Amino acid sequence: MSLDEAKVTFIEEANELLQEMEEALLALESDPSNRELLDGLFRAMHTIKGAAGVFGFDAIVEFTHPVETEVDKIRSGQRTLDHHLSSTLLKIKDHTQALVDAVSNGSSSDEDADLHNVGLQILDVLLEEAAEAPEPKASKKTSKSSGSEKKSNASDSFISSMIEHDVHETKTDEHSWLISLQFKEDTFHHGLDPVAFINYLKNLGEIIEVLVSPIDMPAFGDADFESCYLSFKILFDSKASKAEIESVFEFAQDCCDINIIPTQSKVEGFLAALDQLPADESVKLGEMLEAVGSVTPRELEKALNQQKESNQAVPKSQAAKLGDVLVQSRLVDKAVVDQALQKQKSVREEARFIRVDANKLGQLINLVGELVISSAGVRLLVEKNNIVDTADVVTGVEHLVDDIRNHALQLRMVQIGETFSRFRRVVRDVSKDLNKQIELEISGGESELDKTVVEKISDPLTHLIRNSLDHGIETPDVRLAAGKSAHGTLSLNAYHDSGHIVIEVKDDGAGLDVDRIRAKAEALGVIEPEQKLTKAETLRLIFEAGLSTKKEASNLSGRGVGMDVVRRNIESLRGTVDVDSDVGVGTTITIQLPLTLAIIDGFMVGSAGENYVIPLSMVEECVEMQSSQWNLEEDSHFMNLRGEVMPFLRLSEFFGNEKAASHKVRRESLVVVRFGRAKAGFVVDRLFGEQQTVIKPLGKLFQHLKGISGATVLGNGEIALILDVQGLLHVASHHKSRRKTAPQLTN
Amino acid sequence: MGIETKKNKVRISGELTIYVTNEFKDILQPVLEEMPKIDLDLSEVSELDSSGLQFLMALKQLKTKDNEPRVNIVDHSAVVKQTLELLNLNTEFADPILLLAKEGK
Repeated sequence: MSLDEAKVTFIEEANELLQEMEEALLALESDPSNRELLDGLFRAMHTIKGAAGVFGFDAIVEFTHPVETEVDKIRSGQRTLDHHLSSTLLKIKDHTQALVDAVSNGSSSDEDADLHNVGLQILDVLLEEAAEAPEPKASKKTSKSSGSEKKSNASDSFISSMIEHDVHETKTDEHSWLISLQFKEDTFHHGLDPVAFINYLKNLGEIIEVLVSPIDMPAFGDADFESCYLSFKILFDSKASKAEIESVFEFAQDCCDINIIPTQSKVEGFLAALDQLPADESVKLGEMLEAVGSVTPRELEKALNQQKESNQAVPKSQAAKLGDVLVQSRLVDKAVVDQALQKQKSVREEARFIRVDANKLGQLINLVGELVISSAGVRLLVEKNNIVDTADVVTGVEHLVDDIRNHALQLRMVQIGETFSRFRRVVRDVSKDLNKQIELEISGGESELDKTVVEKISDPLTHLIRNSLDHGIETPDVRLAAGKSAHGTLSLNAYHDSGHIVIEVKDDGAGLDVDRIRAKAEALGVIEPEQKLTKAETLRLIFEAGLSTKKEASNLSGRGVGMDVVRRNIESLRGTVDVDSDVGVGTTITIQLPLTLAIIDGFMVGSAGENYVIPLSMVEECVEMQSSQWNLEEDSHFMNLRGEVMPFLRLSEFFGNEKAASHKVRRESLVVVRFGRAKAGFVVDRLFGEQQTVIKPLGKLFQHLKGISGATVLGNGEIALILDVQGLLHVASHHKSRRKTAPQLTN
Repeated sequence: MGIETKKNKVRISGELTIYVTNEFKDILQPVLEEMPKIDLDLSEVSELDSSGLQFLMALKQLKTKDNEPRVNIVDHSAVVKQTLELLNLNTEFADPILLLAKEGK
């Protein structure tokens, strides 16, 4: 690794740590004693300082060193983290960020001097506060028990006494097992003979001790000898694994409670085995325990089911953990579970992420795209030449390509939660500046979408959020006067819907005044006074350039500048933005975005000799029947499909290739598409079916084509156009009577 | 084949399994009511299963007022011995012949 590369790594890492630090700080404001967060805070400063030292970025070291000392004091309880300190630390985070940025820009020494002074000021504040800080509190330390009590709860009194007396005194080596068998009454009815099992067990090893006890057996006269009362405890010496021993009793599983318990020395064997378990294999607790032979697959399944059952009734916070279930049902010794958990934790920390250059990923995805096209080409040739015996192989390859495509795209998927939580700081700072009390609620942060999309959505989102904070949510006194709580709420929500991610920015502020928007729009000439608009249409006017670029528009609508920019940004991602608002209740802005910009599942159709691809996620259904059977209103372009009225577009008409005009006779097909709540039917000549589609952007010249969002290369080298469904839906419902509209270059 | 009773001497031959245990119980019941102590001869037992084992264990649990076993096993067949040894019951069924057999090994 060259020095430059190392520097890049440092900067990336520092950025991440600083982000973590900010999140920790914000979270600490509501939970000031959270140990983990405090540790995170310290780790961030400590690591940045250390790494900066290695590279000789003295400015950073100089600044972070005293901070680290103070944070450590907080951690050890010598200093309390109050609101002031938290604000100072946030400033420190910002300054460190500035220092790191300075490193990455390679800035001049003049700027450095400025930065240096700012840094000194902040440090002064930090240390001043330290001087005023209250006397050190006695730091509470919870000494962890060493976990030496190993055996106790793994056995009932009978077994433990047996182990203590017999086992330890007689012979225990590392292969000793304690097998406990408790047969059910109906065992004999299943034709099973417990004694025979024990006889067979001898083949696996040496039976050192057996204890037979008839449980609840009635006195001789009352006993029914066709019922089984027997239970066995067997001390068994064998090199066989737990699973092998279990297999002896395979047939008895239904009518016998089997417990195979390792003796003390065996437990130690497990612990050693856990230690040696390769790091990459040990992901799940159950799998780890199975790998070292402490639990058998059957036991694991049983425990997992048990866990599932018991967790159905209780809330998530009280959910039973697999480890506890295993220990409770005496399948595994507690010491083993503890060690496995610890191992798991350390492995997770080690192998959670690897850093990959985003360009390399992009390259991979491009290649996968080409692979998809080539694979379609192979399929085509196989079908054309009717090579039957190759078809199977090709199908296999296609499956693999499909999987690779999904995985490759998955690599670039990131959760939107990280982007969301960045806004905590924005909300905190803006609400302080404006003297408003605003809470940010985040939900659906685990929804994933392509990293390239995430990067581009951040700006428009910031814009929308600032607008909501600035103009949407009122000051506490205004809110109280309006009968609302003084606390305003801004919520960010994300969820997946038919191949798209939906992001909602919602506030409970003043809302938008429809009449004033209309008045302004009329004044600006965006709409004509006689034009009739629905409420939704009027609200949508705020995204018009004319309305938002003028300064006074913000006063009028309660929305700030640049909503048209927001819309443009989102539309360039093939997304949409919509707004809903009620005066006094609040405003909701809904953004819909495609999950990825690279490869999609498409549905290919043919119309007038041209191929078109419709994103499969938007296809609702396909209907193929005589067009005379449909209630097509050719003039108004509306149709009635099983009682549902929707607009339709004849693609051949829309794109102006009406080669064959006699569509009344010809068989046509209808593809019903849906985007959000809007539905429409596309009339096409042929349905080709599903197809993996690699989206190739159109050249600059064609970028403003209506109804087309891209193109793709088919297996035979031909080109299919990807339909811009939302654009077409718009056309279908707004220009119902339009005919013969060829794609036109706007601009 | 089966069970023979002669005063307090009881002799079981053939199999001592789930197919006969309940039947044997019914035959032994009146004998046990009459006789305080019983000598049980198992030398002709050719098969012993878990049900038969339960049968023997239940018999061994019968005690007199002085807490002495009411049933004494006087002889075992090889099959019985094998099972008792396997299950470590030779101490519980501590009869002279069994011990002798062990020493003879």
